[in-house]
Amino acid sequence: MSEQQDYVVRLNGVSMSYGKVQALRNLSLQIPARTFVGLIGPDGVGKSSMLSLVTGAHAMPEEGELTVLGGDMRSKAHRDLVCPKIAYMPQGLGKNLYFTLTVEENLQFFAGLFGHNQAEARKRIDRLTKSTGLYRFLNRPAGKLSGGMKQKLGLCCSLIHDPDLLVLDEPTTGVDPLARRQFWDLVDNVRIQQPQMSVIVATAYMDEAQRFDWLVAMDDGQVLATGTPKELLERTGQPNLDAAFIKLLPEEKQAGHKDLIVPPLEIPSDTTGYSIEANGLTKRFGDFTAVDHVSFQIRRGEIFGFLGSNGCGKTTTMRMLTGLLTPTEGEAKLFGQKLDAENLETRLHIGYMTQLFSLYNELTVYQNLQLYARLCRIPEKEIAERIEGMINRFGLNEIRNTTPESLPLGMKQRLSLAAAAIHNPDILILDEPTSGVDPVARDSFWELIIELSRRDHVTIFITTHFMNEAERCDRISLMHAGRSLACDAPQKLVEERKAKTLEEAFIGYLEDADPVSAASDKLENAEPEPVKEVKPKTGLAKFFDKYFNLKRVATCCWRETLELMRDPIRMTLATFGAVILMLVMGYGITLDVEDLKFAVYDEDQSLTSIHYAQNITGSIYFKEMPPVHSLDEMENRLREGDVSLVVQIPMNFGKDVQRGACPQVAYWIDGADPGRAETIVGYVEGIHSLWLNEQNQRANGASAGLFDLETRNRYNPDVKSLPAMVPCVMPLLLLMIPAILAALAIVREKEMGSIINLYVTPLSRGEFMIGKQLPYIFFSMISFVILLLMSVFLFKVPIKGSTATLFLALFLYTIITTGMGLLASSVTKSQIAVIFLTMIGTMLPAEQYCGLINPVSSLQGGGRLIGELYPTSHMFTISRGIFNKALEFGDLTSPIMKLLITIPILLTICILLQKKQES
Amino acid sequence: MRYCLKNIYYLGVKELQGLLRDKLLILLIIYSFSLQLYTVKTSSTDTISDAAVAIIDNDGSQLSKRLVDGIAPPYFLVPKAINYEEIDASMDRGDYTFVIVIPNNFERDVQAGNCPEIQLNVDATRMGQAFTGAGYIQQIFNQETRDFLHDSGVNIQTLAEVNIRNRFNPNLTGSWFDVLMQLANSVTMFAIILTGAALIRERERGTLEHLMVMPVTAFQIMASKVWSMTVVVFLATGVSLLLVVKWWLDIPTMGNLWLFMGGVALHLFAMTAMGIFLACVAESMPQLGMLMILVLLPLQMLSGGSTPRESMPDFVQNVMLLAPTTHFNIIAQGVLFRGANLLDIWKEYLWIAGIGSVFYTYSLSKFRKSL
Repeated sequence: MSEQQDYVVRLNGVSMSYGKVQALRNLSLQIPARTFVGLIGPDGVGKSSMLSLVTGAHAMPEEGELTVLGGDMRSKAHRDLVCPKIAYMPQGLGKNLYFTLTVEENLQFFAGLFGHNQAEARKRIDRLTKSTGLYRFLNRPAGKLSGGMKQKLGLCCSLIHDPDLLVLDEPTTGVDPLARRQFWDLVDNVRIQQPQMSVIVATAYMDEAQRFDWLVAMDDGQVLATGTPKELLERTGQPNLDAAFIKLLPEEKQAGHKDLIVPPLEIPSDTTGYSIEANGLTKRFGDFTAVDHVSFQIRRGEIFGFLGSNGCGKTTTMRMLTGLLTPTEGEAKLFGQKLDAENLETRLHIGYMTQLFSLYNELTVYQNLQLYARLCRIPEKEIAERIEGMINRFGLNEIRNTTPESLPLGMKQRLSLAAAAIHNPDILILDEPTSGVDPVARDSFWELIIELSRRDHVTIFITTHFMNEAERCDRISLMHAGRSLACDAPQKLVEERKAKTLEEAFIGYLEDADPVSAASDKLENAEPEPVKEVKPKTGLAKFFDKYFNLKRVATCCWRETLELMRDPIRMTLATFGAVILMLVMGYGITLDVEDLKFAVYDEDQSLTSIHYAQNITGSIYFKEMPPVHSLDEMENRLREGDVSLVVQIPMNFGKDVQRGACPQVAYWIDGADPGRAETIVGYVEGIHSLWLNEQNQRANGASAGLFDLETRNRYNPDVKSLPAMVPCVMPLLLLMIPAILAALAIVREKEMGSIINLYVTPLSRGEFMIGKQLPYIFFSMISFVILLLMSVFLFKVPIKGSTATLFLALFLYTIITTGMGLLASSVTKSQIAVIFLTMIGTMLPAEQYCGLINPVSSLQGGGRLIGELYPTSHMFTISRGIFNKALEFGDLTSPIMKLLITIPILLTICILLQKKQES
Repeated sequence: MRYCLKNIYYLGVKELQGLLRDKLLILLIIYSFSLQLYTVKTSSTDTISDAAVAIIDNDGSQLSKRLVDGIAPPYFLVPKAINYEEIDASMDRGDYTFVIVIPNNFERDVQAGNCPEIQLNVDATRMGQAFTGAGYIQQIFNQETRDFLHDSGVNIQTLAEVNIRNRFNPNLTGSWFDVLMQLANSVTMFAIILTGAALIRERERGTLEHLMVMPVTAFQIMASKVWSMTVVVFLATGVSLLLVVKWWLDIPTMGNLWLFMGGVALHLFAMTAMGIFLACVAESMPQLGMLMILVLLPLQMLSGGSTPRESMPDFVQNVMLLAPTTHFNIIAQGVLFRGANLLDIWKEYLWIAGIGSVFYTYSLSKFRKSL
């Protein structure tokens, strides 16, 4: 083998930054092949950035070179070649998974992407899930799995093809020790089966680093040291890797760090009873028991640790202690008093720090502290002093006027602690306060906790994943599946289990507690897979196989449909959104003015005037109200909105008509709504000339007019709103809603992170886009059928022309409108932005330039151009033509051809704009 | 009690401080209450404008030329002359909204009192223009013919004339209505968006959970959001009404502005409560966005802000009585356009207050459950 191939990854002088933040600084590194490599360092030092480059998920930055599996990662050809050989599990619990899909469906999706046939997929899924203990949960949605199981599923998804390089980014963060051990056993097992595979793992747990063959210690975008764990320990002369890592840091970062000593607990003499007591605390959600008869007593000033995986009931217990949740059974006592959720006073004794940073990013550090001080009822006079005290004590002075957003995690956690402790609570409840914080900052955080406990005698209730933190607690409780397995001083627990470490002791308890899960997780040793020969394809077949594989399109489409069907709001919008809006518009935008309230103000009271008034009363457009008797009354009633029209017939009207004096009938119209007023004017003129004609006919048997305007209202003889509106509203709605949904489908993946599957699997952009588009075309067509039935049967607007042609045109049209959504998705990153952008971007041109009000041919300049190109123009022509004008396919070939031509152009643009790498 | 009011106050102040830092949202508010109204004014057209007309003038006389010239901007585009055979095809394509055919010997027949017939083909699928435009054409032709006859010394007698007097908006300027209704829509929209987004943001970032362990109740949290966002939209509306609508856009309003602003305050109370409700139903901002499409549009379209209520079917009118927007539009139109006083609209005040209280109570219980 050549020397080059002995390294699976070679980085040379790579620098990378996100905006102002420098993630990698001139990084050079060579990672040996077929090795189990650990990348250690706290959050935010550039581990994830490096891994996303290595896997090709992120585009290469300007500076530096990167070779992976023997080729340059800048070359697209090389990436296309090697990406299918790399398996990548991104950071975060189940980042590459789809939470509404079941375990089986997730695995089937990945199997489909890698082109396994059904039998092959079944075999692999069964083998992987059996060896990970997931087999029993094949039908459970991924979102409902525990953290450990999510990670195992993530790993299974990565291993569904046989990768040459497996990259795992912090796979065990937030996972309990047993699940963690099982996870690593699983990885070991895979390595035995596939010895050719290289594995790179990033982790923030130093205690895990021991198991790797080779380590890379990173800090601040640079490599601190590389070597086997033993070498690193020897080099630094430290007993464990945590300490070794701190030693490897540059001098100035080590400064201020000292070994942490926890002074023994002294209970103040004036203390009686317990600070916190829990007796048989139980919480059930439906048939799910989140917390199952948990009991403990915590003394004043004690540091009490709660250990367990995500979802084991830690947070639920805490929420019951804070009064956020009412226990189903059992009771919690604070200072000997039963906790009452309604009593706000007890909350004044508690300080609480949530798992995720939960202060206001939009307020400054000072304003945050001020708000919490006020809410905790500290007298206004004392607040400033108290805040100053906390700022000094927690070292927040330099950042007092900045917003927390930009602060490093360690600083944020200190601020959170300051906010939690601002009212000098007797109890502090801290939910995983140090997750993701680097070791030095973690230790300084613990100094604060120890000081609060030992000096101020604050009772501390803390949950953690870190074993070395658990060891610092006075007592710990081990939690699993809602139960407390054991509760004592850490040292005693270790002794009791006769274990070497606390972790081992914990695992022992876990195995006792849940023998089934422990047993089924025993690994099956499978035979190494024989490598199959694959016949290389040529020519067009090769192109299709690479860029437009129908199986992958189908897989993508199937997955999107499942996800859509499990999201009630999107599903409603997809099928019924257009229907609801059509109903609204059908009833809302009516230009028929009917039942206009009018009153007569007849000053004449002659036969002629009464006859004149009856002329109006007889019209279907008007509804007569009691007559008006004075000008004041008229003014009042118009103002109140009681009538919209008053007909004032002047004194001597009858006489004046007779003597040819041409009297004037005054029509007082409420002009508040000018559109309605215009219509009233139109009716009034009509009614008046009708009266004139009638009079003339009676007098001399001839019409009075100079000419007749013979109005032929074509296509809609009764000039009704609905027949005019329905053919326009349909294209508008089937433009906006499918576009929004298709855009969301892609941007959602960007926001949730599962877009990574496009970056790191053989899925091509075209397959991805079209696969996602298909379900929306389908649902739009369903929606269209409902709209059609509605317009014919509910709104009674018949289809005069060819229904088949309408179907065809609308099918083409929905391909375009969903495509426009895809287009919008390529320029936006957040879902809410894409909703607004798509709504405005589709509706504005459609309403203004597409011939809704005036024909496109009457527009000028830019508007004309938009009108000619925009698909809605053509759809309006087709829809009106078929609904109102009784046109057939032959009459509409030109607009249909225009729609047809738009499709390939639009889709090509969409695919080109969508990126295959993050940038 | 004292702490309750204080908490509501402090939490509300926090909302305001937070909003001040959200540059994008502030820009959106400023835009919607100023520039957007301006664009509505400029783009607002009267019911008919630039309508496309084609004319087949078979007469070619002086009178028929006058008629053709009478069809002119801004209501109509300059008419195109086409052939008789083209009528059907061009109307099928939707090229013209009106096609007018003036017969042979039109002028002669008019002068002889034979009452010749002009054919006016209307593409009635373009509803709004079809009706109003046909009326305009009738008026224009009437006027031109009379003037023509008058010029040639013929006098015409009429029995009675119509004298149209438009109250409150003498020239029926469409933009007055459009701008003020846009303002009313913005009030509704921002009331929902601001409170809904404020609540969802708190839930997504976990700050809500944190608040719940403080000595603060759900009622206080909701009340703080309602008052702070009400203040923001109330001020924006007031400033916009005085500076943008009256001063910059020079649109007259009639009634007592405080009477209108009272309606705004009540309406905001109801709509902010609705914002809280929607935020409880939606799990995330995108879902809120989708819900808004389905909720806001019907609220606006069916409440008499775009087309008159009396033209809608009775059941729609009755159902929409339960929507605060309906009553708010009645108040806005009554006070701002017709100068209505309290006696005219007190019922609407009561309606909104009643609906608002129901919304508030229901949203509060929904919000409590969602915690």
